[in-house]
Amino acid sequence: MKPSDIAILIVDDEASIRNALTQWFEMDGYRVSSAEDANSALMKLQNGPWDIVMLDIKMPGIDGLELQRRIKKIDKDIITIIMTAFASVDTSIQGLKEGAFDYIVKPVDPDDMSHLIRNAVEQRRLYYENLKLKQHIEGFSLSDEINGESPAMKKVIEKIAEVSQTESTVIIKGENGTGKELIARAIHSNSNRRYFPMVTLNCGTYSEGLLESELFGHEKGAFPGALYRRQGRLEMADKGTLFLDEIGQIGEKMQKDLLRLIETRCFTRLGGDREIDVNFRIICATTHDLESAVQAGTFRKDLYYRLNVVTINVPPLRERKLDIPAIARAFIKRFAQAMNKNVIDITNDTLDHLLAYDWPGNVRELRNVIERAMVIAKGNLIELTDLSFFFPSAQTPADDSILSLEEVEKNHIQKVLELTHGNIVQAAGILKVSRLTLYNKIKKYKLKTFKGDMEA
Amino acid sequence: MAYIYILPIETGSTYWMEPLEKSIQRAFGYPIKKISRDISLEKAFDIKRSQYNSSQILLQIIHDPPKDAAKVLGIVNTDLFIPILTFVFGEAQLKGPGSLVSLHRLNNKFYGLPENGALLTERLIKESIHELGHNFGLVHCHDPKCVMRSSTYVEDIDSKSHDLCQRCRNTFIHEKRKA
Repeated sequence: MKPSDIAILIVDDEASIRNALTQWFEMDGYRVSSAEDANSALMKLQNGPWDIVMLDIKMPGIDGLELQRRIKKIDKDIITIIMTAFASVDTSIQGLKEGAFDYIVKPVDPDDMSHLIRNAVEQRRLYYENLKLKQHIEGFSLSDEINGESPAMKKVIEKIAEVSQTESTVIIKGENGTGKELIARAIHSNSNRRYFPMVTLNCGTYSEGLLESELFGHEKGAFPGALYRRQGRLEMADKGTLFLDEIGQIGEKMQKDLLRLIETRCFTRLGGDREIDVNFRIICATTHDLESAVQAGTFRKDLYYRLNVVTINVPPLRERKLDIPAIARAFIKRFAQAMNKNVIDITNDTLDHLLAYDWPGNVRELRNVIERAMVIAKGNLIELTDLSFFFPSAQTPADDSILSLEEVEKNHIQKVLELTHGNIVQAAGILKVSRLTLYNKIKKYKLKTFKGDMEA
Repeated sequence: MAYIYILPIETGSTYWMEPLEKSIQRAFGYPIKKISRDISLEKAFDIKRSQYNSSQILLQIIHDPPKDAAKVLGIVNTDLFIPILTFVFGEAQLKGPGSLVSLHRLNNKFYGLPENGALLTERLIKESIHELGHNFGLVHCHDPKCVMRSSTYVEDIDSKSHDLCQRCRNTFIHEKRKA
């Protein structure tokens, strides 16, 4: 923030004070204006944004304290600094109580004045920074993993933006690893519920009884082993979002309970008799074809219609290969930071290999591959060789030419002879052959025995 | 040709004049002329504060300046103040015709230390260039060595150099061209 970004208004009935302060602050590069009384100050305050107002406490007409009250009504965040000619502690304390940043007794030491203004400017800078961060949080934002240049993904992103602003139940359909939970999180964090939790429950990992207890919680003694009262995920998600992953895997009883929950918005803990109201939004995800399950009679039709208000189909990675370079680069950036490595990009031929692959494990698989490659990578680019664990056939051939078995044998015996400094007994021991065999091999390959001669 | 005029006002000895002239000329590229005029310090004296109102002295300095004056720099040896502050080392108007510097608080004697003519000259040079810098449109600078850095203590003056930093120099050149 430059000094010229800060606007200071000086309100004092004494022209010499106004001029001196105006000049003093102008020298520091601030934008300065002055007013001789409260009325003209209020006029100026209506006309433009001000950061700091320095006001004299004793002025004809409206006094400094009253002016401060009116300023705070216009903009409670404006910094006000009270100036007084007398060390009137009472009025100054009153001013501070009513929101003044500080007060000065005229005349003030130049150094104190510099510090005071520096602190006020710093406070204002923090205010602007806070405002900017809030705007950033409140604006539509997506995780870098939801990267979409492909038309299919652009549609998904549009839908996220659309449903975020509603309270509708959403079903996210997609293969494993397509980032269904990330999409649920994006909907949650762009909704009005973003300041409350998003609670995830993976329905596929619990038995029916356990799932019920996880979701609704239980009272003490509800079942053998229920030693304490436990809050369910549903209660934790109050005012927030409940994300039910693998919804297609819940059993008949749970389907019934869930339907009742969606209709009544209240539930009782297992073993309890008190109805608890909750304010939640459901987002669920499935890899299963729920329509077929409905037709087969394994998933309740009424629940399906309740859940299926908005559907988001997340395309598998093979259907949006256009996004692979951007997703890979986003992972590189993230892992480079996490691993403190200076890897900045990926080579084109490596990208070609990534694009040619079908990614059955989708984005999750791509993420794992990039993470492993990042561990291996030595330079600042991910090379094809860094992905040799994934594309073994794509390894660049070694520089050595392919040797015949005889050549390999000859080289190996020579190496052992070098190691043993020509000691035949030792070399034969290492090679696990008889001395005679070794002599024959030395003769055959005309090997050097390190005794200054070539054995004939 | 335009000159920077230096106007000593009841300062007594002016042994610092020659190095001051050279330094100002080097800093801003204007030739220097000395001037002598009747300036009433009594008029600026504030009996309650036992100090001199610097703005009132400055008004007299810039009243009817010589035709060939680029800027006028007044030098006094009295304790200066502006109404809101307890004291000032000097005063200048931003992009204005003149400025004022006082030797009073630049002198070691004020702090109970033995007098040091060379140090006083050095401080006077820095403060004069600083105030004239404001006259040429320069605002306070954050560079710790730049002469345009704001000084509220005499130690602050000692820690900076008497040169403009590159950024302030560029601004000065730009402002000079505009003028």
